[in-house]
Amino acid sequence: MRNRFLSALLLTLFALPAVAKLQVFACEPEWGSLLQELAGDRIDVSVATTALQDVHQIDARPSLIARMRKADLLVCTGADLEVGWLPQLIQQSGNHAVADGPGNFMAVSQVTTLEKPTHLDRAAGDVHPQGNPHFQLDPYRVLKVASGLSARLAQLDAGNAAIYQQRFADFTTRWQAAIKRWEQKAAPLKSRKIIVHHASWVYLNQWLGLAQIGALEPKPGVPPTSAHLSGLIGTAKSGAAYAIITAAYQDQKPAQWLSQRTGVPAVVLPYTVGGDAQAKDLFGLFDSTIDRLLAAVK
Amino acid sequence: MKYLLFSLTALATASPVLAADDASAASGANGNAFNPAISIILNGQYAHHSLDPDNYTRAGFPLAGEGGPGVRGLSLGESEVSLAASIDEKFYGQLTVAAESEDGEDHFGIEEAFIDTTALPEGFTLRAGRFFSNIGYLNSHHAHTDKFSDRPLAYQAFLGGQFGDDGVQLRWVAPTDLFVELGGEAFRGQNFPSAGAGHAGVGATTLFAHVGGDVGVENSWLAGVSMLRSKTARAEDGFSGVNKLYMTDVTWKWAPQGNTKDGGIQLRGEYFIDDRAGAFSDPAAPQLDQPWVGKRYGWYVEGVYRINRIWEAGYRYDQLQADNDGPFASSFDPRRHSAMLTWRNSEFSLVRLQISRDRPNPVDTDTAVTLQVQTALGAHGAHKF
Repeated sequence: MRNRFLSALLLTLFALPAVAKLQVFACEPEWGSLLQELAGDRIDVSVATTALQDVHQIDARPSLIARMRKADLLVCTGADLEVGWLPQLIQQSGNHAVADGPGNFMAVSQVTTLEKPTHLDRAAGDVHPQGNPHFQLDPYRVLKVASGLSARLAQLDAGNAAIYQQRFADFTTRWQAAIKRWEQKAAPLKSRKIIVHHASWVYLNQWLGLAQIGALEPKPGVPPTSAHLSGLIGTAKSGAAYAIITAAYQDQKPAQWLSQRTGVPAVVLPYTVGGDAQAKDLFGLFDSTIDRLLAAVK
Repeated sequence: MKYLLFSLTALATASPVLAADDASAASGANGNAFNPAISIILNGQYAHHSLDPDNYTRAGFPLAGEGGPGVRGLSLGESEVSLAASIDEKFYGQLTVAAESEDGEDHFGIEEAFIDTTALPEGFTLRAGRFFSNIGYLNSHHAHTDKFSDRPLAYQAFLGGQFGDDGVQLRWVAPTDLFVELGGEAFRGQNFPSAGAGHAGVGATTLFAHVGGDVGVENSWLAGVSMLRSKTARAEDGFSGVNKLYMTDVTWKWAPQGNTKDGGIQLRGEYFIDDRAGAFSDPAAPQLDQPWVGKRYGWYVEGVYRINRIWEAGYRYDQLQADNDGPFASSFDPRRHSAMLTWRNSEFSLVRLQISRDRPNPVDTDTAVTLQVQTALGAHGAHKF
């Protein structure tokens, strides 16, 4: 009797992990959504941040350490975007499987970045040595990340490899069709001039042909000052800016202040999945972004 | 079972992936490419004290370590240089050298010098070297991450500001949804509140447990209980014997949408019980021993309001409770009110104004005004919760 109980207990202890799903820790909602597309219910995804939080500055909260402890795979943007909290989470969790190697997936390793600084100086603000990390709003780069991420899932969870491959193929078809649709729809945005809050839109600008003529932040990461905002009134008027762009997580007051004084509409974009009601997934994120940009065209 | 399969498949297919990652990362392949990350904290301050720090006495609590008020006037506060890097695939190392001026003399000291394991399985981490103990909340935090320009009275009275020593630490994080961290440390027992490196150089031991989690998106918390036990011979406060320090800490943070850098409230409290069983010998007259047996208490609460990305305001109340008998018997409880206002230009620089009113004994009141400038240069260190 006792033997049977013991073997049952041992079976439970050792059999349970074998059927357990791959535990994935995603730093940002866009990668959480991409993982959902690529793996569905074959994995458990825990997303560390929301679209209403500034991912440059997250507290290394105990709950995040606990989630990191259980992760088999870490999916983050990289390029030092999470440098203020991610190293602390990995170190404190004692889970070294995700510190490097196959358990550590940085999306930046799959793409080329823009704005790679040739000269590094903090006097230039919050610059990222590996280039601008806000590339989730370029659908072509998202597809490259999807390709690398799908391969990584298959590598770590070979039992479901065929499913991951099939889901990636399906995602690619839908995504490429969507890109065509978005590009057609966004044609009127070409060469329009915008003022942005933070330099988070360079990839979107490059894709859609938008031209950034100013930023509310005097330097990346430095909060807008009244002197700098006053100077932007002239820039907005003489440069014929068509919109002032902010992300859902940012303080909207500086953009509204400038909008009231210049008549240029302030447009709040979701920036990532969950940033507004329409941006429920990656497809919705791009739908909403383009709809909102078009709505500001007079 | 899964982990075994996992590592086998990883081994079989890892090399192409790693090669791709390496190609993008190893761009600066010169002689300095493997240099450790360097981070420098520069801290300067001006302090006004209405009571001369040389005449400062705290009823029931002899001053030890960095347990008293700081100096008057302009001074270089605690500034430090920290170097950190992975040593190899199994170890990580960190060295922190701190500089401080005291009575016109510069002191340099090895504040921390330790290695951490990075390859133990199942959430275990072993640390060895000189480091700050993980007891309580503030103790393991470097002073430059504090919200106030000095440590609470309880830290000053019971730990000389901050307890660190040469030792080893084993820490384990449980694989649970709730954050659970358990650990223990063995220290040489050289630094206050310990002294004399008893037990053949393993004079102080600690145990600590921290738990924490989130309540919704906007609230998060951390709580802990810890204990420091030391076998002490002629400590700075004249104590010899066994002292046990029990600590409990609670931190609660709230921020709109959980976006802590643009606003929110942070509340913290810690409670200390100091339990002594031994003897007191006056350093001035060491032949006159008298028993020192009994308990003393201390606590503080602080609240910090983040107004926006630039401004932060806070209030702290400290209190100590002396023993009714023994060598430092006192019926007066030292107490202090502190208020601060912080202006942050960026994550890397801040200016803090702090005003405090300290009643260290029944007779004196020390009103202090501190203006502090603190900057961080170099590598961007991630901060603890």
